Amino acid sequence: MEFETVIGLEVHAELSTQSKIYCTCSTAFGASENTHICPVCTGMPGVLPALNKSVVEYCVKAGLALNCKINQYSRQDRKHYFYPDLPKAFQTSQYDLPLCYDGYLDIDVPEGDPLDGKAQKSTYRKRFGITRIHIEEDAGKLLHGAGSTRIDYNRCGVPLIEIVTEPDFRTAGEVHAFLTMLRSILIYAGVSNCRMEEGSMRCDVNLSLRPGPDAPFGTRTETKNIASMSATVRAIEYERKRQKKVLEKGGVITQDTMRWDDERGLNYAMRSKEDAHDYFYFPEPDIMPIEVDDEWLGRIKASLPELPNARRERYMADYGLPAYDAGFLTGERALAEYFDDAVAAGAPPKSASNWLMSDFARLTNEHSLTWDALPLSPEDLAKCIALVESGKISRTSGSKILDAVFSGDTRTPDELVAALGLAQVSDEGAIRAMCEEVVANNPKPVADFKAGKEKALTSLVGQVMKASKGKANPALVNKLLRELLA
Amino acid sequence: MKITKEQVEHVASLAKLSLSEEEIERLRTQMGGMIAFADEINTLNVASVRPTTHAIAQKNVFREDGCAPSYDRAVMLENAPMQDGECVVVPRVVE
Ligand SMILES: [Zn+2]
Repeated sequence: MEFETVIGLEVHAELSTQSKIYCTCSTAFGASENTHICPVCTGMPGVLPALNKSVVEYCVKAGLALNCKINQYSRQDRKHYFYPDLPKAFQTSQYDLPLCYDGYLDIDVPEGDPLDGKAQKSTYRKRFGITRIHIEEDAGKLLHGAGSTRIDYNRCGVPLIEIVTEPDFRTAGEVHAFLTMLRSILIYAGVSNCRMEEGSMRCDVNLSLRPGPDAPFGTRTETKNIASMSATVRAIEYERKRQKKVLEKGGVITQDTMRWDDERGLNYAMRSKEDAHDYFYFPEPDIMPIEVDDEWLGRIKASLPELPNARRERYMADYGLPAYDAGFLTGERALAEYFDDAVAAGAPPKSASNWLMSDFARLTNEHSLTWDALPLSPEDLAKCIALVESGKISRTSGSKILDAVFSGDTRTPDELVAALGLAQVSDEGAIRAMCEEVVANNPKPVADFKAGKEKALTSLVGQVMKASKGKANPALVNKLLRELLA
Repeated sequence: MKITKEQVEHVASLAKLSLSEEEIERLRTQMGGMIAFADEINTLNVASVRPTTHAIAQKNVFREDGCAPSYDRAVMLENAPMQDGECVVVPRVVE
């Protein structure tokens, strides 16, 4: 039997604030257990939470970046559940008046398997609806031991936004493309660092199957504990196949919450449904209503940077870059800004793009560097490109300069050209002499070329390059050889 | 509205409480009284009254983002029934 897969997402992203949502404890990741806690974030009786203004601003910023409408009058609510990771026994969240609602993202979805490692693929454009975005607090972390569970409350009260999508996804590839773009936008907007490996971005997957696009939705399951982009794809594929098997045998899907185990590559049912849905929401009396007036909304709007989609279109329209280049360059804000700065310093856009996609991609990978911590300034990249394109050094020498700088050499490109002896010989007299010698000593290729074998020239150019120890300007060698053999 | 024994048991299980038969009966009567009071309020015509979620008409009470030192861990952990100097310890939780 063939089924259509229907997927909706709930994405949690920790906000990039310094302090927690209701108290002044730090949100920094990796501190030793329970050193970032106080009576407010551990829910001691009688404390009064004070809402962090930046949390509201970040959430509205995310909403604007994701084409949402903004509830200018909003409120927080208590969501009750009893679990040791939540010492207050309720999570302060939002229920019927989320800050943002009714948004969307247009995505160019690459065809085929998102994990096959192939870089350039054909794409199709699709719109994915965003139901709502609201603010809430994170829970603590449970550390399971043999006979007991230890609890670290450092994460308790770290501000989150929860982004709920419409059930618009049909494949793991669409989810992967959406999450990639979402992550990029949230990082661009400065809303979250979205480090899935640190749990600062988490994705729950609601998945169901139905016989065809016109059939009503089937019963869905929710898969939690997905900790990376690729794990999302694996968890979706696993759950799709599991449900298919059940349905083909005539079974029914129960509305379970599943936990994904990426190491073992399988999921298992967690809590039962009736426990999960009696949250007894009611308005949070300790937090006053939130009103985002036009003036405040305008200021938040003005603080948004140029987002990846818009940047991508600009690179294609203004610089004539191919879609693949534009997508690569706008994947991360730091990279896009570096590229912009290099172009502003005079680098031809396509050349800058080529260097970034080849040498830089390789070197950042080799040296485990992020795009916001490159050892070469954009101005120096523009300088390197100019050195190559003016014929002063070869493209290979350009790579040598980058290798040196990425390995810790702090000299300027000009100094490195001199120190490493990379300058090409563009002295026409000297090169002409070498060419004449090569022509005299290689009668066979010379004869071949004169008989019309274009390829024979390559071996002659090679001979001259060898004679010059790689320093001759190849374009000039080519030109002079053709003159000599004409 | 009458509260049933099953409703008390359901709420108790959500709150992870185990109750004796006596306690269930006592809570059933008490909760019945609360709901009866709510039923009484429900008979009032409030069509023209805006829902009230807060007793005082304030909005946008915020704190600027910024950190201050947290509490001493040992002091915080004193509040836990069981702890190991670093973490609060509870009986093993099954997910
Ligand atoms: Zn705190």
